Amino acid sequence: MSIIDTRTPDAKRLVPGATGDWEIVIGMEVHAQVTSEAKLFSGASTSFGAEPNSNVSLVDAAMPGMLPVINEECVRQAIRTGLGLKAKINHKSVFDRKNYFYPDLPQGYQISQYKQPIVGEGMVTISVGPDRQGQFEDVEVGIERLHLEQDAGKSIHDQHPTLSYVDLNRSGVALMEIVSKPDMRSSDEAKAYLTKLRTIVRYLGTCDGNMDEGSMRADVNVSVRRPGEGFGTRCEIKNVNSIRFVGQAIEYEARRQIAILEDGGKIDQETRLFDPNKGETRSMRSKEEAHDYRYFPDPDLLPLEFDQAYVDALAKDLTELPDDKKDRLVNSLGLSAYDASILVSEKAIADYYEKVASGRDGKTAANWVINDLLGALNKAGKGIEEAPVSPEQIGAVIDLIKEGTISGKIAKDLFEIVWNEGGDPRQLVESRGMKQVTDTGAIEKAVDEIIAANPDKVEQAKAKPTLAGWFVGQVMKATGGKANPQAVNDLVKAKLGIE
Amino acid sequence: MSVDIATVKRVAHLARIAVSEEDAARMTGELNTILGFVEQLNEVDVTGVEPMTSVIPMEMKERQDAVTDGNKAADIVANAPATDQNFFLVPKVVE
Repeated sequence: MSIIDTRTPDAKRLVPGATGDWEIVIGMEVHAQVTSEAKLFSGASTSFGAEPNSNVSLVDAAMPGMLPVINEECVRQAIRTGLGLKAKINHKSVFDRKNYFYPDLPQGYQISQYKQPIVGEGMVTISVGPDRQGQFEDVEVGIERLHLEQDAGKSIHDQHPTLSYVDLNRSGVALMEIVSKPDMRSSDEAKAYLTKLRTIVRYLGTCDGNMDEGSMRADVNVSVRRPGEGFGTRCEIKNVNSIRFVGQAIEYEARRQIAILEDGGKIDQETRLFDPNKGETRSMRSKEEAHDYRYFPDPDLLPLEFDQAYVDALAKDLTELPDDKKDRLVNSLGLSAYDASILVSEKAIADYYEKVASGRDGKTAANWVINDLLGALNKAGKGIEEAPVSPEQIGAVIDLIKEGTISGKIAKDLFEIVWNEGGDPRQLVESRGMKQVTDTGAIEKAVDEIIAANPDKVEQAKAKPTLAGWFVGQVMKATGGKANPQAVNDLVKAKLGIE
Repeated sequence: MSVDIATVKRVAHLARIAVSEEDAARMTGELNTILGFVEQLNEVDVTGVEPMTSVIPMEMKERQDAVTDGNKAADIVANAPATDQNFFLVPKVVE
């Protein structure tokens, strides 16, 4: 297979070395656990954190004579993910055996897809930035393929001095391996790619994207070269389990390779591990020989086949994807690209926003959700799911401003009360006397009192009209911020006889 | 196609089968005889013929996404030489 270089060297992405600039080339294989109740080829549960070996069927333990039967939901989820990656869906794909020995692989082989995967080439658009000018840049990262395969079991090495403990609960759980093309040129791009991939699968509900529980992990291929040269020798960093670590691992690995090459050495193609505690990568025991997986079609499984009508039906019911949602928010609701990208970054945030915006001004709703809600959540270290204020409550606050019942300033106070104590914003405004005073009589009375109490200021204001602002402030203070500021302003000016 | 003794030893190692030097030499001969026999298939022109995946035309059976199995950890580890709290115990393997 020949690899096509889709990018041209870009000065701002190059890394300086001692002897000139270098370009980093990155490709990624992401393992994403398919969201399903049961495993890929058995009826055992996929739930996380169960008692050892309790989510295991005789198929998963590779007992003699057991036969795999594919879970239709896993197939459906793989196709839906493929559609989300704008990828070619293959109507016929084949399951192969990838042979190797390890104690947590009871079959002695992993059922995977080799030459004929279920999903072919696709595309993910990432946004990198902002740069020094505050600009974001869209970069297209090619998808090489997506295939279905079984996860292995789990070995625990710290329970005993001479023995490893093996739990097969994960054995046979369906994974999607999503392989990118070597289209990324910086750690920022790699992080943006993984973030985007995670957003897409979470929107689709095909993987929960929970990296802490191992539902998503990345193998990162890194090489370096002089700008304009062909691809260098790559090293694969295995099983990186957070987006931040992906960035750190790439930065370390690129520097390591550049140092070797600048000293006149050469890079050995090898598998490396990232150590998050030390922030460095180290070589794994050489598995050169073990890399001979002797793939062959699994004789227990027929080819996986479906027609275009099946794919079309799944495409028709596909969730609106983050990029499409962002375009819609920008084009039909008039949001800025930046605001829209914040709102679509998580499906839960987008859903929340759309409830607030429904029947209201989109920009006002965006301001409240981004500045007030997300700001407060961020400060409290909470996720959107834990928000103590509902979309209906924020919506009511916005409505109250629009109706002129409360001022913008009081609205912030009201939001804080709802955040801390809960309750219906409309009732709170009534019960706590937060209503904006629009009754001219009441405002006039307050204005008269301030004027009567400050004859010296009245004199000064006649010479210096900007002093009217001081009177407005005093009236607002006297009315507890509830007077309509515009009405106060008009009255003050009229009473002082200034324009 | 034929194999030499190094290939036989390598394949045996990949399959984690212990093969003595003497057996490897004998097996090299046996395997080459088998390979030679199978090689007769090359005489048939299969241009444009799809690889056969099943003797009878049938589609792969699929199962519904429902939990129908599990919760028998004691059975799963019943034949294991060493266990603890329903874990399989194996000689330490660590990278």
